[in-house]
Amino acid sequence: MAHGPQPGFKRWLYTTNHKDIGSMYLWFSFAMFLLGGCMALVIRAELFEPGLQIVQPEFFNQMTTMHGLIMVFGAVMPAFVGLANWMIPMMIGAPDMALPRMNNWSFWILPFAFAMLASTLFMEGGAPNFGWTFYAPLSTEYAPPSVTFFIFSIHIMGASSIMGSINIIATILNMRAPGMTLMKMPLFVWTWLITAYLLIAVMPVLAGVVTMMLMDIHFGTSFFSAAGGGDPVLFQHVFWFFGHPEVYIMILPAFGIVSAIIPTFARKPLFGYSSMVYATASIAFLSFIVWAHHMFTVGMPIAGELFFMYATMLIAVPTGVKVFNWVTTMFRGSMTFETPMLFAVAFVILFTIGGFSGLMLAIAPADFQYHDTYFVVAHFHYVLVPGAIFSITAGVYYWLPKWTGNMYNETMGKVHFWLAFIGLNVTFFPMHFVGLAGMPRRIPDYALQFADFNQIASVGAFLFGAAQLVFLFNVIRTVQGGNKATDEVWENPEGLEWTVPSPAPYHTFSTPPAVR
Amino acid sequence: MASESSYYVPEQSRLPIFATIGLFLTAFGAANWINGGSAYIFFAGALAMATVLWFWFAQVIRENMAGLNSEQLKRSYVWGMGWFIFSEVMFFAAFFGALYYIRNFALPWLGGEGDRGASNMLWQGFENTWPLYVTPDAAAHGDAAKIVGPKEIIDPWHLPLLNTVILLSSSVTVHFAHVFLKQGKRRAFNLWLALTVALGALFLFFQAEEYYEAYKHLGLTLESGIYGTTFFMLTGFHGAHVTLGTIMLLIMLLRSVIAHHFKPDDHFGFEAASWYWHFVDVVWVGLFIFVYVLGA
Repeated sequence: MAHGPQPGFKRWLYTTNHKDIGSMYLWFSFAMFLLGGCMALVIRAELFEPGLQIVQPEFFNQMTTMHGLIMVFGAVMPAFVGLANWMIPMMIGAPDMALPRMNNWSFWILPFAFAMLASTLFMEGGAPNFGWTFYAPLSTEYAPPSVTFFIFSIHIMGASSIMGSINIIATILNMRAPGMTLMKMPLFVWTWLITAYLLIAVMPVLAGVVTMMLMDIHFGTSFFSAAGGGDPVLFQHVFWFFGHPEVYIMILPAFGIVSAIIPTFARKPLFGYSSMVYATASIAFLSFIVWAHHMFTVGMPIAGELFFMYATMLIAVPTGVKVFNWVTTMFRGSMTFETPMLFAVAFVILFTIGGFSGLMLAIAPADFQYHDTYFVVAHFHYVLVPGAIFSITAGVYYWLPKWTGNMYNETMGKVHFWLAFIGLNVTFFPMHFVGLAGMPRRIPDYALQFADFNQIASVGAFLFGAAQLVFLFNVIRTVQGGNKATDEVWENPEGLEWTVPSPAPYHTFSTPPAVR
Repeated sequence: MASESSYYVPEQSRLPIFATIGLFLTAFGAANWINGGSAYIFFAGALAMATVLWFWFAQVIRENMAGLNSEQLKRSYVWGMGWFIFSEVMFFAAFFGALYYIRNFALPWLGGEGDRGASNMLWQGFENTWPLYVTPDAAAHGDAAKIVGPKEIIDPWHLPLLNTVILLSSSVTVHFAHVFLKQGKRRAFNLWLALTVALGALFLFFQAEEYYEAYKHLGLTLESGIYGTTFFMLTGFHGAHVTLGTIMLLIMLLRSVIAHHFKPDDHFGFEAASWYWHFVDVVWVGLFIFVYVLGA
């Protein structure tokens, strides 16, 4: 049982090891991040000037759609699952994930699903061009034929996510070392447990809505067709019932990562641990009753507008608790700013900006102005880039020495941070202004007065893209060698993962560790 | 090895990658087929998938009989099945939710009710009724309409009532089977389980007859507007789940009859299948109430 990995490619195809699978998830996610990023750069290159210069509008639409789908389902979600695979068993003192073979299946579905999704770019009629939210009837009656392949790729991605989250739930609830009570679990484990529940609850709803699309397109049903008594707005309700919890799926694990990093570099225990747990659970609960704030302008009864407005604003309360706790953890701590901490602090500040623009969007009457403008684009990129992406990056720098046994290059890490930090703000901050001035999203051309801010944003986007190559180079160098990391890596960090050698042995715990 | 104080991690396995290829071929083949291509890829994928599942389950069973499964691993299987069923519940929730939205919001608005009733201008003459015999298209365009409603619908108090009795009874029989298994009475277990499988098959037969009736005589089809859409999608997905559940229970029966699997204190394979069966039963009760009775 205790033998190491097989040599060669078979190790990766046949593996049942949570570390191997975690690494594959992370590399896959990074590849998708670069692919989706290149699509974003096509978009930004086209928008560098008003008028049409680089791509046709049809292709531009395919780029915005595929960028969104690839980043959400291919980059952010698999990266969090990769971190979960690597860290959850080590954090709770388990030998591996609860269901190791299914774990490998969950991973391998993804490259196939995304190959299928990406292949639509080369199909007749082009790739999906209806936006990542694929609203009917644009995605049904007016969709290219490749939509069928899109639907089935979503189906198998969903199967992968459901199996992955079942595995995570079984691992956390069943595989904890004796003494690791629920309220002793690291917050990353807690946030992932709650995220896994969100996934199990909403991925089937996504499967349901794409099934309705499939039936409407090919089998004559009337779900989204008013002629038969259906309603295109029904699509939006079902989609956002999935879609809103989905955005929390992409941020709750981030909260967990940041809650691990800030105490280490502030050299203080996390402030308000239990309130963090309750806040996470509250956010998860609220995420199920706010979906229609994406649809304020679609024509809802006033009672619906008000309910979803107030419910959405309520989310600011638990989120505020979290931000307060992170700031209070840092307060009067003896802080140092290694690369993971830089990303984590930037997360707290910039995610809060994204949260505030979210509050602005939550105000139903104001949303009538902001809806479908670049203000929305600015908002969700502020929560996803410095939110999800920065936290993943922070997590990778934080745990990379534990994974590889080598320290990454600190200078290069800091260069990466500052390039990414400046790049993302230069890209997305001006979008608030053009959005408020009325520039609509998802359009390849724009009025002349938006040109200055768009040029600034495009420069920032290429800077942010270049920063990721520094990251890639740094990670590869660290995997290959470098200064040896100690077992603790950082100064007195908390958690079972720091009690095992660096690099962590192929099978971490063959007997349950003692939990203080 | 199989104790709480040490852990069991399975060896490397070829199953996941083959399962991936099977699933991919199934999905890709289905899309290809629906888009007008050949069906071969889909069937090749489905066959591959079925084969992999066969070997996968066989391996899990062998490991369990060899005593490799710790109590802890068995609990993981229990958690896994439980949350898988929950995910299925959410899948049905999407379709029940769609039915709720259509009946309580979309159709009243199309019929001119409330502050969103302006949409009635597009479908003049449309009235909100349920069952929806006259679609908005038919109301506005008469004979030129492309989507017309059903002529008649299924009467809940005949075949559906019978099917309700059949499926509810089958939940009871599968429970008896479980009780006898726990008492170690294999003959009684086999009998009650066989009865359950038979009831499942009978349910499916009547369901097929109902569909035949609907298509042949009632003009109730997938294409007959939102009534046919919700009716066939909800009952159809339920029927697919009953089919799967029947196959699962049939396999459990064959395992017991042919291979003498299952012990009074170790039979999670059967238990999981029976949970699934209770789940499809509960969904049917929801269907009977919300689709058949309140829909008539």
